[in-house]
Amino acid sequence: MAGARVIPLHDPERDAARRSRHVEVVPEPEQQQSATPDWERRLTDLLSFARRRIAGDYQVDEFGFDRDLTENVLMPPLKPLYEKWFRVETIGLNNIPAAGGALIVANHSGTVPLDALMTSFGIASEHPAHRHMRMLGADLVFRTPVLGALARKSGQTLACNPDAERLLSSGELVGVWPEGFKGVGKPFKDRYKLQRFGRGGFVSAALKTGAPIIPCSIVGAEEIYPMIGDIKALARLLGFPYFPVTPFFPLLGPLGAIPLPSKWYIEFGEPIRTDVFGENAADDPMLVFNLTDQVRETIQQTLYRLLTQRRNVFLG
Amino acid sequence: MTPKVVLVTGVSRFLGGHLAARFAANPDIERVLGVDTEPPPRDLLRRMGRAEFVRADIRNPLISKVISTANVDTVVHASVTASPAGPTGRTVMKEMNVIGTMQLLAACQKSPKVQKLVVKSTSAVYGSSSRDPAVFTEDMGPKDLPSSGYAKDAVEVEGYVRGFGRRRPDVNVTTLRFTNFIGPRIDTVLTRYFALPVVPTVLGYDARVQLLHSEDALAVLERATLHDLPGVFNVGGDGVLLLSQAIRRAGRLNLPVPSGAVPTVGGFFRSARLVDFSPDQMRFLNWGRVIDTTLLKKEFGFTPRWTTQQAFDDYVSGRGLKPLIDPETIDAAERGILDAAARFR
Repeated sequence: MAGARVIPLHDPERDAARRSRHVEVVPEPEQQQSATPDWERRLTDLLSFARRRIAGDYQVDEFGFDRDLTENVLMPPLKPLYEKWFRVETIGLNNIPAAGGALIVANHSGTVPLDALMTSFGIASEHPAHRHMRMLGADLVFRTPVLGALARKSGQTLACNPDAERLLSSGELVGVWPEGFKGVGKPFKDRYKLQRFGRGGFVSAALKTGAPIIPCSIVGAEEIYPMIGDIKALARLLGFPYFPVTPFFPLLGPLGAIPLPSKWYIEFGEPIRTDVFGENAADDPMLVFNLTDQVRETIQQTLYRLLTQRRNVFLG
Repeated sequence: MTPKVVLVTGVSRFLGGHLAARFAANPDIERVLGVDTEPPPRDLLRRMGRAEFVRADIRNPLISKVISTANVDTVVHASVTASPAGPTGRTVMKEMNVIGTMQLLAACQKSPKVQKLVVKSTSAVYGSSSRDPAVFTEDMGPKDLPSSGYAKDAVEVEGYVRGFGRRRPDVNVTTLRFTNFIGPRIDTVLTRYFALPVVPTVLGYDARVQLLHSEDALAVLERATLHDLPGVFNVGGDGVLLLSQAIRRAGRLNLPVPSGAVPTVGGFFRSARLVDFSPDQMRFLNWGRVIDTTLLKKEFGFTPRWTTQQAFDDYVSGRGLKPLIDPETIDAAERGILDAAARFR
């Protein structure tokens, strides 16, 4: 790129020139047209969205993913949380392919699985292809009313091999948090220590479909709700896997449910290829274990590296 | 092999009756026998043309005599049904479904002439729960089934059919697991449900619904009868509708009912003879069910003409369901707001 040169996006001179040219060429009424206020365009979008919803005129895929609803209703509220509250920085987004099946494997933490939401929002908004990550969730999510329906509509499905393989082979970007509740509900003293990675079901799904595994390390989510205790009896009563006690919850009531504004880093590592092991690789338990360990080690090492680079939990 | 003598069960209902009519219109088939406990409605009987109606109960051993004396070589068992004959018809329905199938299979096993058996089953055999994979393939089984109802009947029916297949390996057995039917002409629990002005749903749940146009269902049953295509096949239209979406497309209003109150509301609708939902169908309203139809397209060689959405729209327009809120009112409102906004600019 010998001829490359920096072109400022907002060059005052050029902008001025364009504006003056604009006035010269465009006749009076059309200029008014081009000055359609932003809010009016948004109103038009909103109304056409409302009309589509009332008429049921939208498409849902076989997993129940409602793209129209996700992009217009479910995603936007995450934006301030992502940009202003946690100030998430993504690293290595280029490791996520623009198309085709791939499996993102990440560490899970934070008492409330906000890390999954932030990762999903980060990819949808910052990746050049704006891909929707399809996450594999626990049975509990889908059993819960409202939450289960919302999870399906936002593209999530049950963590089981048939679903994972179906998504991967149809070229979707799949996200999995193999630590599950052991990871998200671990005490604060165990922060950034990866828990057991399930039974490696996600690796066999990737091997069967030949989809690359992208290790993903999330730093910052551990500190949003530092879990210092677990009321087991209450958890059993309510049917939750744990009932968290943080320095502020349930002490301050609903106020304690506000997450601490830690600074987040989400790093996507080099893809690990799974299509080089031959036909029946998924039936080789040793290979599955080794790959699981490799993914786990990569995430753990990246976590340690990111942590040493971080100077302050809240300022980064 | 084109069958010579075909016996169809359940001809007084939509599917069996229209199937018999299709066979009667096929000159390659010598004789068509339609069996049911009650005669088909007059217009259906007229459609059936040269097909002969035999008033017989398949729960009765008499059916064996019918099969052997008429030299039946192909049996289409289309009478397994989800809609009971009335508020008290559920025990009768179970008997017809399960005991009827047992008798019919016993009769088929006795007759050496029988070469082919086509069974209309249902995708309800996969059950419906939160722990199920999103899409069912033919090799999957239910996670947990209710202890009664249509789904259990269908599982038992399929069990007997498998047993028959083992004892008579020379007979080609085709089992078709259909999704719910929809269409302008067919009358099912679901078509009545969507025709209610206010449609009750379970609060906090939105089922994924896959449908099959009744004409596609007839075409699949016909193809299974005319060709040798043994095996178990899922049959459903492409694509999925969410329950809430379907209700909106039909222009109805959605009434979410808390799950605790669902049995009461269900009981009310049953006693008012509006819609009769069995417990397993109630669960279907929670989770829904989607099946994989790759095998149907690749091996069975049939691609449904209507997608789920098209079939549903055909049902809505065919039944003349008038939306509660006129779409033109919505359009007018949208234009009005935009005009008002333009004036404020």
